[in-house]
Amino acid sequence: MIAEIGLAALWLAAALAALQFVFGAIALYQRDMTMLRGVRAVAVVQALLTATAFAALILVFLRTDLSVSLVAANSHVAKPWLYKFAGTWGNHEGSMLMWVTILALAGGAVALFERRLEDRTLIATLAAQATIGLGFYAFLLFASNPFDRLDPAPAQGNGLNPLLQDPGLAFHPPTLYVGYVGLSIAFSFAVGALVTRDVGAAFARAMRPWVLAAWIFLTLGITAGSYWAYYELGWGGWWFWDPVENASLMPWLAATALLHSVTVLATRDGLRAWTVMLAVVAFSMSMIGTFLVRSGILTSVHSFAVDPRRGAFILALLAIYIGGALALFALRVGTVREGSRFDMVSREGSLVANNLLLSAILGIVLIGTLYPLGIEALTGGKLSVGPPYFNAAAGPLALILVVVMAAGPLLRWRRDELRALARRLAVPAIVAVLALVIVLAVLPRAHLLPSLGLILAAGVAVASVAPLWKRNLRRTPLFTWGMVIAHLGIAVSLAGMASESAFTQETLVAARPGEVHGVGPFAVRFEGVEPVAGPNWTALEATLTATRGTGAPMEMRPQARAFWAPPTETNEAAIRTLWDGQLYTVLGKQAEDGRWQLRLWWKPFVTLIWAGGALVAIGGALSLLGRLLRDRRAAQRGKEWWE
Amino acid sequence: MKKAILWAPLAMFLIFAAMVAGKLYAPGDSSIVSHMVGKPLPAFALPAGMPDRPGLANTDFAKGKPRLLNIFASWCVPCAAEAPQLVELRKAGVEIDAIAIRDRPEDIAEFLKRYGDPYARIGSDANSSVQVAMGSSGVPESFVIDGQGIIRHQHIGDIRPENVPDILAAIRAAQ
Repeated sequence: MIAEIGLAALWLAAALAALQFVFGAIALYQRDMTMLRGVRAVAVVQALLTATAFAALILVFLRTDLSVSLVAANSHVAKPWLYKFAGTWGNHEGSMLMWVTILALAGGAVALFERRLEDRTLIATLAAQATIGLGFYAFLLFASNPFDRLDPAPAQGNGLNPLLQDPGLAFHPPTLYVGYVGLSIAFSFAVGALVTRDVGAAFARAMRPWVLAAWIFLTLGITAGSYWAYYELGWGGWWFWDPVENASLMPWLAATALLHSVTVLATRDGLRAWTVMLAVVAFSMSMIGTFLVRSGILTSVHSFAVDPRRGAFILALLAIYIGGALALFALRVGTVREGSRFDMVSREGSLVANNLLLSAILGIVLIGTLYPLGIEALTGGKLSVGPPYFNAAAGPLALILVVVMAAGPLLRWRRDELRALARRLAVPAIVAVLALVIVLAVLPRAHLLPSLGLILAAGVAVASVAPLWKRNLRRTPLFTWGMVIAHLGIAVSLAGMASESAFTQETLVAARPGEVHGVGPFAVRFEGVEPVAGPNWTALEATLTATRGTGAPMEMRPQARAFWAPPTETNEAAIRTLWDGQLYTVLGKQAEDGRWQLRLWWKPFVTLIWAGGALVAIGGALSLLGRLLRDRRAAQRGKEWWE
Repeated sequence: MKKAILWAPLAMFLIFAAMVAGKLYAPGDSSIVSHMVGKPLPAFALPAGMPDRPGLANTDFAKGKPRLLNIFASWCVPCAAEAPQLVELRKAGVEIDAIAIRDRPEDIAEFLKRYGDPYARIGSDANSSVQVAMGSSGVPESFVIDGQGIIRHQHIGDIRPENVPDILAAIRAAQ
């Protein structure tokens, strides 16, 4: 019954999306702005219906209703409830329904809260959002119905991929999806503004908070995903340039560029065509990422088993939406008036540099991700592109970008003097030189990129707080604080990455119980291995005692787990976080002679990577809050849309 | 000129779409073909893994009929997961030999008692040397060997129910 309610809600939502599009088109065609209220209402109801469908699917998973084939294929009666809940989106159909739910909720939120956009553009935006929804509803209903029944129902269910049986699954995909799909708002805004030729400062001010909100979630999702891969996969790495990681990074790069160009548009009415282009590209990257993963064209730990017809369906949707938006861009953007001009050395100039560098990095990641596909299409050869390419190609650009990021906020709008900039950057430069001396003294033979990273991180951290210099801190606007904290977060994260790559120490040993092995400043004693059992797995658990110098011993228990539904082995790393880094231990296989493989890593300051990511997101949140508060004060003087 | 540049993003996207459309409709076989496929088995002669049946040598394969060579270990969980499929293949008439990796006779006996025993011969590879010479990096792996002792097919990882038809097809192709 619950499944049928869900399916009915989904059909109704699809019908309302069609209605929303038709209403919108009529309103635009007849220039009848009285229909705006109707379009808003339809968008909100559509969002509620889709949310109902998603809630129904969650309920079906929580009750392990095995007569629903999706539940039977991906869940198991013996699974802990948290994974039954999170298992709702740990599969193809469920994750697509979540995608569409967020899309509808985003549209509903715009309908409810957006008051500054010009009426015509708002109608066009909501019609565009409905059009995207319509295609994906069709995909769910005709090619990926999550509510399909199974007759007869099996007794147990297949179970969930054990790598996904982790609390991270409850948090990471929803956060990332809110970010990905939240960018649909920017896309629809851009399409709406192209339709009504309304690209200007007011449009940018209306779009900015939406982009900022999606970007905050994207930042959190990527940060959390990176930490999840780090502790769950047991390889000790935090970024693998896996196609799906790239698929999440590309929208983030585009959204970061958009966030900065929209500021130029909002403040100085410049970069009109470019901002619209980025808004289209950001969500296009989300859709292409979804497609590449869900179609099975690129394989990775994130793919689910797929059917090529589904891939063809999503590709057709992509061709319509992205192709349509790009064609509209080409046709219309020529008629958008050129925005205001500015000097090379100015705040705008640095933001343009930021945009060019981010776009170049985006291009590098895109080419690296698609290169194996291209080679296979042209020559039939198979290869994979890994860290050597990405690090070497994107690393130097990222470091230049960080320098620009340090300088940008210290420049004035419109025009500034290089000499003045040099004066403002004097203190950060001195700090960077000190860092250079320290790095040369401590690490005479370190690699170039990590050393540069450490030096720049020190200088940029100082430069990023420089905009607060000599300001009355209590009167500094919240969004300025947000920018400072976000930029500081980048410096902190960069320091973590450089430190991890320059100072990590690794020990791989075959150990007998009782032996002591060293890693970095630690002595790790291998006490022994015991079997333990969990709710749906059994494991071998090693007990290790790590001591540093004369400090208190720390007990660590890495596990090699064997799940039985489905049968899979995973390694559960034991990680101890200390103020200056993490000790990371993994239990491997037992050799024939009775010795156990142990992998021990000491990673100084590795936690800064994710702490920096969190700071960036917090900065974004402060900035968003600052903008919204200012808008509210401005709105209190004006009129509300419902009045 | 400026007009043309505006169409460039659309053109780039269409090239991408055409490329992946081609890939969707001609789904390349994403398996990596082993360099060992098409080559004769390396020379080896392994002692018996269990007292009740002979060991295994490469010369056991060049006898005119295709055989399945399964590399397994009693301590490996995916090997237990694939055991029912091996039993099913045996019932379908496939001759199966095994190389047991870093294993002990009593553990192998226990494993076969629990999960079924499809093997004609079991060689014991105590230090993985034959496994490495076969180009196999882990357990389980399975090879289809034709009647001349040439490797015709390599299956990496456990044989799942959906892989059984592929293995049977490879055996038929090796006749």
